Amino acid sequence: MEQILNSIKEKIEIKSIKQRDDLYFINVKEEHIIFLLSYLKEQKGFTHLAFLQAVDFNEYNMFQLTYMLYNYDMKVNLGIKVIIDREKSEMTSIHKLWKHAWQYQRELHELFGINFPNSPHVDESFVLEGWEEIPPMRRDFDTLEYSNKTFYQRPGRSTTDPKEYMKEKLYKNFVEPPKIRKEND
Amino acid sequence: MELKYGGIMINISESKYKNFKADRSKYPEMKNGKPIIDLESHKFTKIWQGPQHPGVTGNMAIELTINGDEIVDAKTHMGYLHRGFEKLLERRKYIQGFTIVNRICVPEPDTNEYCYSTAVEDLAGIEIPEKAKWIRTLNLEMSRLGSFLLWIGGQAGSLGMGTISQWTIGMRDFWLDLFEEMTGGRVYHMYMIPGGVRKNLPAGFKAKAKDLIVETRELLYDVEKSFFNNAIIKSRLKGLGIITSEMVDEYGIVGPNARGSGKEYDVRINNPYVKYAELDVKMITGTVGDAYARAEVRYKELHQSLDLISQILDKIPEKGEIQAKLPNVLHWKIPAGQTYVKAESTRGEHGFYMVSDGSKYPRRVFARGASYTHAISVLEKLAVNISISDLAGLMVSLHTCPPEIER
Repeated sequence: MEQILNSIKEKIEIKSIKQRDDLYFINVKEEHIIFLLSYLKEQKGFTHLAFLQAVDFNEYNMFQLTYMLYNYDMKVNLGIKVIIDREKSEMTSIHKLWKHAWQYQRELHELFGINFPNSPHVDESFVLEGWEEIPPMRRDFDTLEYSNKTFYQRPGRSTTDPKEYMKEKLYKNFVEPPKIRKEND
Repeated sequence: MELKYGGIMINISESKYKNFKADRSKYPEMKNGKPIIDLESHKFTKIWQGPQHPGVTGNMAIELTINGDEIVDAKTHMGYLHRGFEKLLERRKYIQGFTIVNRICVPEPDTNEYCYSTAVEDLAGIEIPEKAKWIRTLNLEMSRLGSFLLWIGGQAGSLGMGTISQWTIGMRDFWLDLFEEMTGGRVYHMYMIPGGVRKNLPAGFKAKAKDLIVETRELLYDVEKSFFNNAIIKSRLKGLGIITSEMVDEYGIVGPNARGSGKEYDVRINNPYVKYAELDVKMITGTVGDAYARAEVRYKELHQSLDLISQILDKIPEKGEIQAKLPNVLHWKIPAGQTYVKAESTRGEHGFYMVSDGSKYPRRVFARGASYTHAISVLEKLAVNISISDLAGLMVSLHTCPPEIER
């Protein structure tokens, strides 16, 4: 694994972190991502894309995208972290490298508002329908405020005393049972 | 040309169908592997399969464009479950999160618990005791078994053979009884807390589990006779939804779906977690990659699960701690970092990606379910040019679990 990391370091500027024996993370710049992913996929055997996800760091005004790759021969996961600008929130699409990547891109477009130009079906809805607020997975989306604004409080159910209710509804010919006297009386 | 179809060898060149050529003139033209559909021509019908569909655990709709009874286009629609666990987890403390993560996949909740707890332990640098690891392995393997029993019932039921579902779902209930004794819950267990497991095994558990293994094996031989040696099942599943070995990487296919077409990838063997390295786990693969091959792989894995459970029961130590020492979990700050933990569920690689920023609340938790690709891009591709009556069988043979997609 060290060899692969060194071979990448010769080509582009990266920063690597070892989390476990079978999990490494590297930080790369936005413009190198297509080169790096195709290099790892075609030449270094990282052929399995486990997921592509985003993390919102709203206080630093940035999104972090994570591409998780896996190498079947070395049995190692490699997470590639890219920082993108939160205002612009646009990223190059990788749908040509993996045929299921468009799904993650569609999800990120809907839930984080990150655009992937030219990615297939990226504008279609994934789970939301007729959504007009800011994308809901962004951290500045206030769930409580949204639910107060959208839904109204339902009045509580009317409660009845079960004994009285049963008397009225079911046992119309109900006879009071004889009261048992306590010994003290 | 010879075809092995339903166990009977048919020699097409000698048969009376040798000059048969299907009339495809009324079907749409194919261009780059996709049919050209002109909806204005009134040749096609649009129908919806789902969202309520008995073959799938959860709600998912497939919008079908059909020509006669043949599917020419399929599109998966999500959004019927109204959840949002990933958002909920951002506003909960680490210890509060583990009560809701198991709801991410209903038939197999323990994989989620394991991945969540291990991700927290990995970030916080906690090593759990030996006995807790063994109990976790037992719990994970039992949940795999339960999920496979549910699956085989669904696969038979989707092809119109309801008897097997009655048998296997009944048997799964006995396993759920064992879960209840072990954890206190039948479906959702909330058992693997960060730092270990909640309780020790109850008295007499091992003997009960071993008896149940024998009973399950007896049932499985009946299932084998009536399902895998059934000419109708064979003729409907063979050749249905073929996943080629090239597709496996292109579409990110994992689990029995990938192993059915010969890809050797099983997280329990490739990256052994808990105590799988000390157990005798063998890679089970198929070659053809169709629905029948996947069914065979899963059936063999059912037996493998039973083997593993009895191996684990023999190896669990009698004494030992089951929980590591944790700080006060209500004020527990996890050091900043990122991690990805994965485990083998019955559908394949199931993983949790967790990002901590050093506070009491996780910055982001993402659950990677295997169905995410299986039920959308793979199903949309495989559904084209099959009959609508086979779609339910195909959906179950990919073992789709919609709650995993809509986390």
